[in-house]
Amino acid sequence: MTAAVVRDRVVPLTLSLGSLVLVIVAVELLIRVGLINRYIVPMPSQIAASFGRVITEEDIAGRFRLTFFEAFTAGLMITGVGISIGLLLYRVALLRLATETWVAAFASAPTVLLYPLFLVIFGRSALTIIMMGFVAGLPPVILKTIEGLSGTRRVLIDVGRSLKLTPRQQFTKILLPAALPTICVGVRLGLIFTLINVVGVEFLINFGGLGQLISDLAERYDLPGTYAAICFVILVSVVFFMITERIERWLRPVE
Amino acid sequence: MAETGRVSAARALPRWASPVTLVRVALVLAVLVIWEAVAASGLLYRDVVPRLGVIATAVRDLLASSDYYWNLGVTGSEVGAGLLIGGVSGLVVGLVLGANRLASRAFEAYLYYLGPTPKIIFFPVMIMWFGVGPGSKVAMGALSCFFPIALSTASGMRQIDKVLIRVGRSFRLSAWQMATKIYLPAMRHPVINGVRLGLGVAIIGTLLAETRLSNRGIGFLIIQAYGVFDMPRMYAMLIVLFVLAIALNAAVGRLGGLHTIRGS
Repeated sequence: MTAAVVRDRVVPLTLSLGSLVLVIVAVELLIRVGLINRYIVPMPSQIAASFGRVITEEDIAGRFRLTFFEAFTAGLMITGVGISIGLLLYRVALLRLATETWVAAFASAPTVLLYPLFLVIFGRSALTIIMMGFVAGLPPVILKTIEGLSGTRRVLIDVGRSLKLTPRQQFTKILLPAALPTICVGVRLGLIFTLINVVGVEFLINFGGLGQLISDLAERYDLPGTYAAICFVILVSVVFFMITERIERWLRPVE
Repeated sequence: MAETGRVSAARALPRWASPVTLVRVALVLAVLVIWEAVAASGLLYRDVVPRLGVIATAVRDLLASSDYYWNLGVTGSEVGAGLLIGGVSGLVVGLVLGANRLASRAFEAYLYYLGPTPKIIFFPVMIMWFGVGPGSKVAMGALSCFFPIALSTASGMRQIDKVLIRVGRSFRLSAWQMATKIYLPAMRHPVINGVRLGLGVAIIGTLLAETRLSNRGIGFLIIQAYGVFDMPRMYAMLIVLFVLAIALNAAVGRLGGLHTIRGS
């Protein structure tokens, strides 16, 4: 192991994990001595012990499947619809100039607050959650598709033209492969927004998978269970984020 | 020549008659016509898609209601307090992570991976810690905006031109002078960008918390309108809220001069 590896990897990792363990131990001790109210913050040991109970008694596998299904369906929708709209806006320049700022404004709007409206339209069902995920995840896919297609190097398009490619061939052989890494960044951002909204709306309307689990446990005042469920959702989000990041890196062209 | 001709023709047109404006007007009109047709057709449940006139009346009534402004003030103060607490702590954490390579390598991953988690799931914890009143909403706003501001600040700190730092040191500036004369002006754009992102998520976090458990604020009014199935009022509140959020976002960007760096 070289000195650089120790300096750049081992020391930061040790400091990071060591600090985390230290904080957990400190919280445990502060609760045990009564400096932190145990009826507000459960002991980390209680949270760790409740993981098994939450997994077996609360059907966490089934809830995970439901949340995954909702996020996956919304993810497929944002990919299909977002790339299609992005392609349309790329092809029709006037439409792009007229609407691109609208799409960007929509991306910054608090769309998740539409959930009461969606409850009225779609009912208290998985469809409402999927549609909320879809609405939240769509703008980044559209914007990044336009960015990726517009950023295709001129020389590649000219090569396609000189080879007399048909518009379909031009798209499948030149534009799409060149824009794919940027489109994937958009899909990844869209998937993250979708997952955030899916879990968030599950929690808010008390319906569905992992989000509802937190809401259920909190309403039962099962403190260790609530904290354990929150940790589980964070874990799922982090794993999801890391996987999509890996895929994006894999698709990124080598500089 | 043809390009020059097109540019000249485009310049000759007044702004309101430019093709882009005309397309925008046509799109808005198309949406309004489709909306009105659907509302009149009775295809959907009554009131789910109210007539445009009914929504316009609801918007007018809402903007004329003092109760609405009082609740807007409540939400605004909660968002403001959340942004202040989350923003200042995010700025401090960002400065520390940006200035210290070891701290960045050890702890920035936590922020990076916790940032995109759905913050609303922490609301039950915030209720236990800060009660059911405005405290838990402020905490939700602060928690939501902390991550983008901290990450933007850390990234901005690392992007500061080393020459500027060396100039500051060669003038023997104190730590405070370095911060106010070199670091903060050089990091203005990433910090403002972080504040802009943070403001958006603070608004969302606070309003969602209000929809879940509150008896005041805009989130409460929205969920109350849903509860009594007053759809025109709900549409009116969502329209006004979206316009306010987008305008606020644009204003923060403009104040920070973000529009000036687009072309660069």
